[in-house]
Amino acid sequence: MSRLTDRFARLKADNRAAFVTYVMAGDPDHDTALEIALGLPAAGVDVIELGMPFTDPMADGPAIQAAAQRALHAGATVASTLATAKAIRAAHPDTPIVLMGYYNPIYARGVDRFLAEAVEAGVDGLIVVDLPPEEDDELCVPALKAGLHFIRLATPTTDDRRLPAVLKNTSGFVYYVSVAGVTGAKEADASTVGPEVARIKAAANLPVCVGFGVRTAERARAVAAVADGVVVGSAIVERIASGDAPAQVLEFVRELAEGVHGG
Amino acid sequence: MASEMLNSYRTGPDEKGRFGLFGGRFVAETLMPLILELEAEYEKAKTDPAFWAEMDDLWTHYVGRPSPLYHAPRLTEELGGAKIYLKRDELNHTGAHKINNVLGQILLARRMGKTRIIAETGAGQHGVATATVCARFGLQCVVFMGATDVERQKPNVFRMKLLGAEVVPVTAGRATLKDAMNEALRDWVTNVADTFYCIGTVAGPHPYPAMVRDFQSIIGKETRAQMLAREGRLPDVLVACIGGGSNAMGLFHPFLDDKDVRIIGVEAGGHGVDDRMEHAASLTGGRPGVLHGNRTYLLQDADGQILEGHSISAGLDYPGIGPEHAWLHDIGRVEYVSATDDEALEAFKLCCRTEGIIPALEPSHALAHVIRLAPTLPKETLLVLNMCGRGDKDIFTVAEALGGM
Repeated sequence: MSRLTDRFARLKADNRAAFVTYVMAGDPDHDTALEIALGLPAAGVDVIELGMPFTDPMADGPAIQAAAQRALHAGATVASTLATAKAIRAAHPDTPIVLMGYYNPIYARGVDRFLAEAVEAGVDGLIVVDLPPEEDDELCVPALKAGLHFIRLATPTTDDRRLPAVLKNTSGFVYYVSVAGVTGAKEADASTVGPEVARIKAAANLPVCVGFGVRTAERARAVAAVADGVVVGSAIVERIASGDAPAQVLEFVRELAEGVHGG
Repeated sequence: MASEMLNSYRTGPDEKGRFGLFGGRFVAETLMPLILELEAEYEKAKTDPAFWAEMDDLWTHYVGRPSPLYHAPRLTEELGGAKIYLKRDELNHTGAHKINNVLGQILLARRMGKTRIIAETGAGQHGVATATVCARFGLQCVVFMGATDVERQKPNVFRMKLLGAEVVPVTAGRATLKDAMNEALRDWVTNVADTFYCIGTVAGPHPYPAMVRDFQSIIGKETRAQMLAREGRLPDVLVACIGGGSNAMGLFHPFLDDKDVRIIGVEAGGHGVDDRMEHAASLTGGRPGVLHGNRTYLLQDADGQILEGHSISAGLDYPGIGPEHAWLHDIGRVEYVSATDDEALEAFKLCCRTEGIIPALEPSHALAHVIRLAPTLPKETLLVLNMCGRGDKDIFTVAEALGGM
């Protein structure tokens, strides 16, 4: 069992939804980002999504674009992102770490080299936004061979005919994008999310986590009631952007966690 | 497949949208169903005579095609070598080749029942063409344009607004063409039901590179027929400028299998193609990567972060290039060279002075290479330069560069 499947199995046994948070590696600088990331598990986070900065994040809204720019400006690289993952792994042996980003920095480093380094750093899975199943040969299949999960996004435009192709090589969990749009844009409507999660769960024997448009503890609670996990990214990244100290950011994360876990 | 490829350079892309290593469909899942639908609709339209009949009618009566193939006698004499012809796509309605493609995509959007058109634009030529055709068909039009370019290209911004388009200045990233394209993709992801994304060049996810090429190929098809009528044979050399590469692909594609036709693409060399990276020459100064839905040559750093292109021509400073060009470069069928800002300015002046034609800065790059090349060729060599746009939009940029003349 991998760290990720193990984590979801335990949460299911406890009848709890997973709280998945996204922070950008290197934002606003390497040390601050690491301090925040290291504090996430104690704040109630079950799975850490670590953003890999890219100059042209086409599927992300303004908050995460700006986070990538701050990180790159502060000198973030693929190597420093992997170093962040490694440091989180050293401090938290059981918390799953998923790297989320775009293909070009991985392609530029070389797929084989990147996968070896990610495994060595203790990364559990990858979410690469611009690699649909049509391009599985690029990274998905090699990543699975290397022992990493490849987590795919399913969206409101993924109809029943297409869903099997999207789920085919997906592992770990399915990330359901609750709104057609970019990250951080609109608020997810729990009443439409429930049936969609059920539709995906019927087709996949995997946990379904819901993201895009979850910004408050209240909303997180509503989504947690209908899904296996809740992903929050932009709302946390915005706190970092506003200059909140790591302790304040983590306090906000704790509030969200209480929403998800029904505390 | 392999033997077929040996016999022809014109069969690409394959079913995955690849030209060799290049092309593909590197987009977010939200867009994937839309792109597959577009591909299916385009495949239907492509073989529908009614679709092409409507295109031909609009090309003839609205755009003013065929554009002339003009023998430039004084330019030929000045350079003292090859016989130079200009393919006059700058005479099209809206002043550039861009409208050839926009018409095709808008007719397709209408067939698909889309009511809202979005586009990205750099210099503003594609934005103006899109706004124009949207006005013609009464469609809502939103054009994304980097805030830097909005400032640099004010006349085109005004034109788009007159034509009823909404121009959205993009401040994200570095606020130029690539950021405008990112923003258009973000809009498309958000407005999937009613929106059609009209891409302005032979780049983006499959089927865009092939579709835009097919629409622009009217340039090469006409050139072929016109040259045969005029000289009784095919041209010897074709030269076109390349940003994303749509005018060049349109001229080149019908000639790719004519092995005796030498084909040359000219990228923007900016301040010179070197380690400073102050240029927009993706092929001669970049390396393969993935951006905006396709794999192609990109300007990027060692870590895979995309760099900003530089060119005096706002229409050429894109850090990528169409994937079919990347493939033609790798297999050696087309030669790719570059011309600097200064060389383009000299060519601009020469064209004004010898032919009474004010060229856009984009084809001035192609002419800059012709200035180097033509004198080395015999007088019976037939050379075609794609005059893909007129220079009205550039006179302020040129005045500034030349110190007010």
